[in-house]
Amino acid sequence: MTIKIAVIQFPGSNCDLDTLHVLNNVISNGIEAELIWHNHFKEAQFDGVVLPGGFSFGDYLRSGIIAAHSPALDEARIMLKDGKPIIGICNGFQILAEAQFLPGALLRNDSLKFICKWVNIKVENNKTAFTSKMNIGDVLAIPIAHGEGRYYTDKLKELEENNQIVFRYSTENGELTEQANPNGSLESIAGVCNLEQNCLGLMPHPERASEPILSPKQTMHGRLFFESMVEFIKRRVS
Amino acid sequence: MDHQEYIVELVLENKPQARDPVGTTIQKDLLAKKGYNMVSNVRSGQYLRINISAANEDEAKEIVDKMCNALRIFNPVTQNLTILKVTQKN
Repeated sequence: MTIKIAVIQFPGSNCDLDTLHVLNNVISNGIEAELIWHNHFKEAQFDGVVLPGGFSFGDYLRSGIIAAHSPALDEARIMLKDGKPIIGICNGFQILAEAQFLPGALLRNDSLKFICKWVNIKVENNKTAFTSKMNIGDVLAIPIAHGEGRYYTDKLKELEENNQIVFRYSTENGELTEQANPNGSLESIAGVCNLEQNCLGLMPHPERASEPILSPKQTMHGRLFFESMVEFIKRRVS
Repeated sequence: MDHQEYIVELVLENKPQARDPVGTTIQKDLLAKKGYNMVSNVRSGQYLRINISAANEDEAKEIVDKMCNALRIFNPVTQNLTILKVTQKN
């Protein structure tokens, strides 16, 4: 079985090639990933979609807002309804939040600085399309690189009740401390999903954490996201 | 109906419950440290000035308000939008 994944390119995307490399060369496993320019994306040809990191449209007005109005998101909205897996990484998360696929918004980091470093995130929900290969409570080593990653929502209680908080920033031991929260996110939230759990957005970069050579701890926790997606797609079509 | 050119000025700012580290930094790390202790709070925002053709001031304001909501020029989760002023362009 060939699994067709689209990696959407917006003007200003810059993690598109890394994501494509990981899908085609690291995970492989039947995946045929393709770069698709945002105006040319047709959802029917694909089993899943990745909105990669970067600075789509120069982050003008607000990170992700211009891309949120791209025709690619209209196509992705059809996939969302069909239950196909959609992941937004970093700027992709900002786009999904602005397009209202996901609840909440990403605000400027508390420190006002662009933060680029390895952090730890704790798995809170392993029922989503991208986390089935993880266990609740697992701590993943993964890098962040963003200036606007402070998660905010006015519906915190709702998210907690619906199990939509997928990752929280934590210490290596899984403790939620202020120090382990790099950007001031509400309740240390690093990633959230939609109600149906087929759409995930997160600020950290799994595609930069999928090969031991790239990790200070020789980890490859990022692979779990994409392997879970493959499993999800196989289960969906069978 | 004759249309005129109007200038609509508006500001987008974080809602009071969403922290504004830019405003806080200006107040705490600059003003308070330089002796301006009479300043108790600063909030930052984004300013937009929009030139628009409309029949009258009210219509200009209405269109701007409508498009800002429809296209999420401001993010209603975190921001408030305030129209500061509508003036007719000479």
